[in-house]
Amino acid sequence: MPSQPDLVTFTVDGKEAQVPAGTLLIEAVKAAGVHIPHFCYHPRMKPVGMCRMCLVQVEGPRGMMLGTSCTMPVTEGMVVHTDTDTVAKAQEGVLEFLLLNHPLDCPVCDRGGECPLQDQTMAAGPGESRFVEEKRHYPKPIPISDLVLLDRERCILCARCTRFSDEISGDPLIEFKDRGNATQVNTFPDEPFASYFSGNTVQICPVGALTATPYRFRARPWDLEAVESTCPHCSVGCRISVQASRNEALRFLGVDNGPVNQGWLCDKGRFGFEFLNSGDRLDTPLVRDEDGDLVEASWAEALDRAAAGLSAAAAEGPGRLAGLGGARSTNEEAYAFGRFVRETLGSNHLDAQLGDGLDPRVLAGITPRAAIDDLERARTVLVWAPDLKEELPVLYLRVRRAATELGANLVVVHPRATGLDPVATHTLRYRPGAGTEMLRRLADGSGDLAAVRAALDEGPVVAIIGRPGLGDDPRLAEAVMAFAAGLPDAAVLPVTRRSNVYGAADMGLAPTLLPGRVANDAPGRDAAGILEGLASGDLGGLVLLGSDPATDYVEPQQAAAALDAAGFTVAIDLFLTPSAAKADVVLPALGFAETEGTVTNLEGRVQKVNRLLPGPGSARPAHEILEDLARRMGGSIGAASAEALAAEIAGTAPAYAGITWEALSWGAGREGIVAPGPEGSQPLAVAPEDHAPPPAARDLVLHQARVLYDRGTLTQAGPSLAKLAKEPAAYVHPEDATRFGIKAGAAVRLTGSGGSAELPVVLDPSLVAGTVYVPLHLGAALGAGLEISMEAVT
Amino acid sequence: MTRILLSRMEAHPSDSHTLARYEATGGYAPLRKALGMAPEDIVAEVKAANLRGRGGASFPCGVKWGFLAPAEPRYLVINADESEPGTFKDRQLLERDPHQLLEGIIISSFALGVHHAFVYVRGEYPRPARRIQAAIDEAYAAGYLGADVAGSGYSLDVTVHLGGGAYICGEETALLNSLEGRRGEPRIKPPFPAVEGLYAKPTIVNNVETISNIPWIVEHGGAAYDAIGPEGSRGTKLFSLSGHVRKPGNYELVMGMSWREMIYDIGGGIRDGNALKAWIPGGASAPWFVEEHLDTPVTIDDIASNLSMIGSGAIVVMDETTCMVKAALRVVRFFSHESCGQCTPCREGTTWLQQVLTRLEAGDGRDIDLDLLLDISDNISPGLAWPPGMTTICPLGPSAVSPITSLAKYFKDEVVAHVHEGGCPLA
Ligand SMILES: Cc1cc2nc3c(=O)[nH]c(=O)nc-3n(C[C@H](O)[C@H](O)[C@H](O)COP(=O)(O)O)c2cc1C
Ligand code: SF4
Ligand code: SF4
Ligand code: SF4
Ligand code: FES
Repeated sequence: MPSQPDLVTFTVDGKEAQVPAGTLLIEAVKAAGVHIPHFCYHPRMKPVGMCRMCLVQVEGPRGMMLGTSCTMPVTEGMVVHTDTDTVAKAQEGVLEFLLLNHPLDCPVCDRGGECPLQDQTMAAGPGESRFVEEKRHYPKPIPISDLVLLDRERCILCARCTRFSDEISGDPLIEFKDRGNATQVNTFPDEPFASYFSGNTVQICPVGALTATPYRFRARPWDLEAVESTCPHCSVGCRISVQASRNEALRFLGVDNGPVNQGWLCDKGRFGFEFLNSGDRLDTPLVRDEDGDLVEASWAEALDRAAAGLSAAAAEGPGRLAGLGGARSTNEEAYAFGRFVRETLGSNHLDAQLGDGLDPRVLAGITPRAAIDDLERARTVLVWAPDLKEELPVLYLRVRRAATELGANLVVVHPRATGLDPVATHTLRYRPGAGTEMLRRLADGSGDLAAVRAALDEGPVVAIIGRPGLGDDPRLAEAVMAFAAGLPDAAVLPVTRRSNVYGAADMGLAPTLLPGRVANDAPGRDAAGILEGLASGDLGGLVLLGSDPATDYVEPQQAAAALDAAGFTVAIDLFLTPSAAKADVVLPALGFAETEGTVTNLEGRVQKVNRLLPGPGSARPAHEILEDLARRMGGSIGAASAEALAAEIAGTAPAYAGITWEALSWGAGREGIVAPGPEGSQPLAVAPEDHAPPPAARDLVLHQARVLYDRGTLTQAGPSLAKLAKEPAAYVHPEDATRFGIKAGAAVRLTGSGGSAELPVVLDPSLVAGTVYVPLHLGAALGAGLEISMEAVT
Repeated sequence: MTRILLSRMEAHPSDSHTLARYEATGGYAPLRKALGMAPEDIVAEVKAANLRGRGGASFPCGVKWGFLAPAEPRYLVINADESEPGTFKDRQLLERDPHQLLEGIIISSFALGVHHAFVYVRGEYPRPARRIQAAIDEAYAAGYLGADVAGSGYSLDVTVHLGGGAYICGEETALLNSLEGRRGEPRIKPPFPAVEGLYAKPTIVNNVETISNIPWIVEHGGAAYDAIGPEGSRGTKLFSLSGHVRKPGNYELVMGMSWREMIYDIGGGIRDGNALKAWIPGGASAPWFVEEHLDTPVTIDDIASNLSMIGSGAIVVMDETTCMVKAALRVVRFFSHESCGQCTPCREGTTWLQQVLTRLEAGDGRDIDLDLLLDISDNISPGLAWPPGMTTICPLGPSAVSPITSLAKYFKDEVVAHVHEGGCPLA
């Protein structure tokens, strides 16, 4: 741990203030309540001192010195002036220079109304222009990617966008070209700005030079209503501002939550708001009629049908019903779902995951558990997990920062190249099924792994561990956690992707858990067991809460068959998913930004989500639906309101004691509170065990992993992201291609445990020979098994 | 006539660039002497010589060397970017006596604990680049470079890099960025290159001419160098004399003569018997001198106290037929064209100055334009003082202000005439 930096005392405009040594002047003056105008400076990026707007005077041995406050660290006794005539003249001069060639098309500019250049001009700019020459001209906006447009006439050349792409996201696809008055931001020939993080550049551009297609010309800032919330697209839980006009969500902006996203969002999160406005949203209940078709129904009718069907199944005996879902709900909805399944349905068969995650006890109870912000202090980071850039993008940014800015060792273990490889100190590759051997060799650390092992022995270590692909057994991940927990000063972050899966586990939505990180000693069935039970007739019915096993279960075809066989199914969802389409009753729920509550991210941080939109048609909050069903079935789950549920959670779930909406809405609590909070405890403490699966030797194995833009329901429901999903392909090692006599671009037929598909071949030398990689959810359903057969299609 | 730099090429114009001639005229003896000295003693001799940098800023070479931080590796970078209009002295040193520079590089590197030196040559200088590369090749073959320099056990490699055609890459930190493969943009100082330079390692950047003096200083001792010329301007200086003089060219001179002698004796006077109007005493960045300065001395410090600078030693003489608005436009256009574009005041301001001057020169000027030019200038170089204040990262932006202040100071009438006569009164 670095020691606290020393404080230095300095004077600005006659006021004395104290700040840590090394603080940049532009930040330091805030301590004295002074604001310095600026354009290129951004607190999360290295200063470049380019715009020259932040000029101030500093007293020096040779008189007053003019300098940029964004590049000067404060020193003891420094005397700074921001209010002299010289400073005012210099700043006004810079502003005038910036405006010379600015097109001043504010009335048609997305930024108009929230533009730093406009604001600064209004506050301190010249009343009229002294410039009578011809302005610089460029063709009006040019697309630099599928989502982002660049208007070079508006650009003030502050390098925020180029620095972000280079320093922060690590895909330097935009750069300045030419020089002087002809300097312009541009992409490289034939290489679009195809970055998973491109939207951040739009947000930090201090003018309207960069605009995003989903928001362009859609609204004026003063017409927008906004609430702060938490991104619903993955378990990182980035802080966002949800912005809407006339009940339509128009954009998400990143909010700087220091310990989590530091202001950044991935493009899936940022542009993923579109699903909220989708015309495919369910807006009325549906029931199955005599012909077997789903038809619209009133709430009363649908709830009656649902309650009757569930009651009939429940009457067949205890444990005849099951619940799947809750990993996309709020904690309050998840808690209500848990009470509903356990109390109303009288069952412990309950799972929020679909066979693609980790042991829920590990998710809820692992010790020592890492926080994302531990990456700021880590000497070594071990990532044996999904490709973070594809699945948990902003966590990727934080790890990247640790490895670049902060100089940590980074060890990445994965079946193929990942987004972090370019900044990793060591990368190790293995074939799915052979992970145990990899782990044994790594733990042993001899031979060519000695250097990797030496890096891992430098603490503090943050180990980010999950299942790199479907073919990796969850027990392997636990064995890796057990190994990592033994590294010096180590903490483990178990990772899985679905947005509130951690919250669901904490709310007891798992066969082995009860709310508040308490073990359930009478475990029920997990997702696999539930689907088996439905197929065999051991179970009589199912309630789905925002869960689509027919798509998302590791063996989708098995899940679909189980749902077909199920006696009675109720689906509560936002969309008529393939699973909901098989239900007997479908109940439309309100979703993100339409309900209030809390969610818990992968480090156990509880954050607030807020309501801004009314939602479609007669859709209702899930907890109300569940309460109504419970009442019709002769009970109550006490879910009077989300707030009442929150109070109940804070009062009864040990790890969540004291984590109230109130605490999360003000002051430091707005960063979220990591459970267990100050008043809470965690009864369940899981030290991971090394019960690694035996190695599976096969000629050809299948590696399947998610990509950021897939054909998932939420992604496909928004036009901007839907078009970014790639066509499915088979990634084949060049040696295997030779062995099987196939060429890049040719078609192969792959047959796996759960299906078969014909795919074009892409050569991928980053695989270990004998491995075929197929991205998940792009249209090729092969099943979860390791074994795969491949043949050339002629 | 005192000769330090040009003696060999003057005596042996056909082959002064070859190793054979260099060795035959005493070359590489200073190197052998230096390799027998303690490195810090060499630094001490350079300090004692009071050699001031010849790249423009006239910073004492030995003092700069003293700032070199101890971290390893360290680098020596020779600035051969020579791109300022009117400067053509380094070219001659590179083409005609490359071994003299190379020997200076080897001695300096040894003195500074450097094992890799770079020569950054202006992109438009293919022949000088070939000559220095040929000299380096000869030196490797002869054992003056490589793993064991002249049998001393000391190792040194020298790499030549050709620029891409940007004046700004002569600014030392832009040069280092360019060498690293980045855009040629000046860095914010501090840190100075001596602490964090090439690849963030301690680096000394020196001009070609500066380092070409080193063999002589080692051979004859710092005191001998310090005995030449007036205080503050020791040794000899190469002046590139151009413009409307009868005898333009490079001259190696001991400083201290008057400007009158410089222009009328050394330069042979003004062409066609015309009258002198003004001259740029030290490169395009320097404020202009006029008649009243003719009897002031040509020394580094006297030029500075008369509010201009010696710069790299480029003297551009203008006679009575010269349109001063056009002259100012030429200089401003150069800087505007060469601005790297990082800083708002330089990128936008120099272009604006150019636009206004273009209009004035074309006869479309307004009465307010001179004041406008001065106020734009003031926003680039606050106070319009000398040495110039800066709202910019590097001095290039403020350099474009020198012709404007000179115009306002000495040739206001000519500007007014342009406005009122709708163009140049001399045309
Ligand atoms: C815009 C600009 C251009 C410059 N161009 C050159 C150049 O072409 N050659 C040069 O030696 N120094 C040039 N300099 C000066 C260098 O930055 C640096 O001071 C010099 O190379 C140091 O060498 P010296 O100490 O031996 O003079 C330039 C400076 C500026 C601000
Ligand atoms: S596009 Fe925007 S962020 Fe990028 S340099 Fe221009 S003004 Fe700055
Ligand atoms: S990283 Fe996850 S939480 Fe953050 S913006 Fe992307 S999808 Fe949303
Ligand atoms: S003053 Fe001009 S040349 Fe120098 S850094 Fe700024 S923009 Fe570039
Ligand atoms: S904010 Fe300091 S120079 Fe731009």
